[in-house]
Amino acid sequence: MHNNPLNRMKNFKVTVNNIPILTTILIFLIMYTAASLIFPGFFSLYNFVNIFKATAYIGIIAVGMTFVIISGGIDLSVGSVVAFTSIFIAKMTSVYMMPSWISMLICLAIGIIMGFIVGCLISYFELPPFLVTLVMMFLMRGMAYIVHSGTLSIQQDPFISFMKKTGIKIGNGNLSLYVLIFFIVLFIGVVLSKFTKFGRTVYAIGGNEKSAVMMGLPVKSSKVLIYTMSGFLSALGGIVFTIHLASGKPHNALGLELDVIASVVIGGTLLTGGSGYVIGSFFGVLIYGLVFKLPSYISSFREWWAQILVGLLVLGFILIQTYITSNSAKLTRKQKI
Amino acid sequence: MINKKILGLEDPLKKRLLWAVIGLFIVLLLNLLISPEFFEVSLQEGGKLRGNLINILNNGARVCILAVGMTLVYATGGIDLSVGSVMAVSGGMAALIIRPGYLAGLPVTDPQPPLIIIILLPLLIAAVLGLINGLLVAVVKVQPIIATLIMMYSARGLAVLMVKGQTPTYYGVPFTKIGTGYFAGLPIPVWIGFAIFLLTFLMAKRTAVGVFIEAIGENKTASRYVGIRTTLVVVATYVFCAVCAGIAGLIHVSGESSTSPYNTGLLIELDAIAAVIIGGTMWGGRFTLTGSIIGALIIQSLTTTVYFQRWPYEYSLVFKAIVIVFVALIQSDVFRLKFRQIMKLKK
Repeated sequence: MHNNPLNRMKNFKVTVNNIPILTTILIFLIMYTAASLIFPGFFSLYNFVNIFKATAYIGIIAVGMTFVIISGGIDLSVGSVVAFTSIFIAKMTSVYMMPSWISMLICLAIGIIMGFIVGCLISYFELPPFLVTLVMMFLMRGMAYIVHSGTLSIQQDPFISFMKKTGIKIGNGNLSLYVLIFFIVLFIGVVLSKFTKFGRTVYAIGGNEKSAVMMGLPVKSSKVLIYTMSGFLSALGGIVFTIHLASGKPHNALGLELDVIASVVIGGTLLTGGSGYVIGSFFGVLIYGLVFKLPSYISSFREWWAQILVGLLVLGFILIQTYITSNSAKLTRKQKI
Repeated sequence: MINKKILGLEDPLKKRLLWAVIGLFIVLLLNLLISPEFFEVSLQEGGKLRGNLINILNNGARVCILAVGMTLVYATGGIDLSVGSVMAVSGGMAALIIRPGYLAGLPVTDPQPPLIIIILLPLLIAAVLGLINGLLVAVVKVQPIIATLIMMYSARGLAVLMVKGQTPTYYGVPFTKIGTGYFAGLPIPVWIGFAIFLLTFLMAKRTAVGVFIEAIGENKTASRYVGIRTTLVVVATYVFCAVCAGIAGLIHVSGESSTSPYNTGLLIELDAIAAVIIGGTMWGGRFTLTGSIIGALIIQSLTTTVYFQRWPYEYSLVFKAIVIVFVALIQSDVFRLKFRQIMKLKK
């Protein structure tokens, strides 16, 4: 009965483990209220829905990144995969007149293969994750330029316009189908992390890889799966990104890695691995979307201000986390004594 | 066996250095096979040497300087992804000093501020950025990859905001001599690169700093117990790396006679990291500056080859990625072990 979610809800307590995610939710509420009070016209369903539309692809990738970071790794290749996906789909649809859903399937396959290779290099050859994914970042960026070096817009593709136009009407906003993909991925991610053997293995690897191996957990294959999943979700995020913009260019999504890692960290996942929540990344993405939206009310060059702001925000969260974890270590030590 | 001893090949570091030298020869050999005219070097008026080999040295100077700084950071078990953005910031600062009125449409100020200020102020800013990196890593204990990733984007944002997204130009000012001038037949950047390498090499070999860095990379806790001031050394490596990036940035913008905040040092992190890895420096542990320089020259040869063959620049990204994975695999003990096992099975 202990595992019953309802029972868990009743027994909910503020502990060291959920302080980061509670802070995140609190900060989101404060920021949203403050922004609504300061800027007239900010508080509207239309704006709220638009935040989802603009950040759906980041959210999808963040789900995969959460698993990677919980396992103690990092994936720097996500931005380049998005760039490659966007230009590949754009080229296939607008130059070779291929139905876009076929090129999307090809992209998903490429994402899976790439993630699998990354996973194998990290898991079986014990290369550091940052090195392998950094190389993949440049490889995919280069491939994106090789596919096409300029901007290509996608005109009149039935599948893409279907995905853009169909959706759930909320107020005067339109929650497109591709935002629903984000929610589905999020739901699967939460279930995977909380209620499956794979999810628990991921946490165990991040907590202490050696003990995970000694416990007889399938560490190597799980790691491959983690990076394969991240590769797949990056490609899926790239597809959503392409649908959202209906165009592709090879220098798209430059620096997306930081945005995604930022969302995950803001969501309360510890960069050292072993602790975090997939649902936290959801709030992380929302805060990120807010941060990116706000500077447009303040100045031009919003992208670059936001860049700095996101950096500072991540830094702040890392500081909070360091403080909390070092405090909790002291606490447990005291209890033992 | 005797031969191995003479070459000092029992030392794994020397072995990896040898691999790097072989790599450089392979890259140059491939060029010789594809197009022998790649190696033409001509002596022009005023004792200026020109040709692809000189180009490799000249353009490679920036990567060499970055690689020298990166080597030290890498050996402490860290990494610095922010070097490209720091280049842009230092270049932007130089532009602000040389032509403060650019945004108002004013020409280059005349007389120019002293060259020493144009050089030192940007380097100071670079050092501050490096200090932030170092403090985040050593004091706050943020993972190096994350701390410098944050710096990479924040500093790029800073660089763009400094010049309001414009590209200030300053043709003909004395500052541009740094990137375009010649001294004793060779371009000045080559001399700067050589000087930085030599100074760092002497510092690493003739003082205890080199040993400190290697010790910290191998085991930080043990180094602290031995009495090494680990925090200070780690912070110093990041500051040094950022100053190197600042110098590289100055050379870059000086050669271009303009500062583009978007393109200066874009994606050059990979070149620097690749150079260090190809050179044979271990992530956290023993390092070789000579190896990094050779690594940088390999990387630059690849880039120059791609330019010379008139392929788009982005192709070189793919080549470099493949080369790094290949080298990292050769260096990986696990891979070598598995490779040997497979070979034995076949026998």
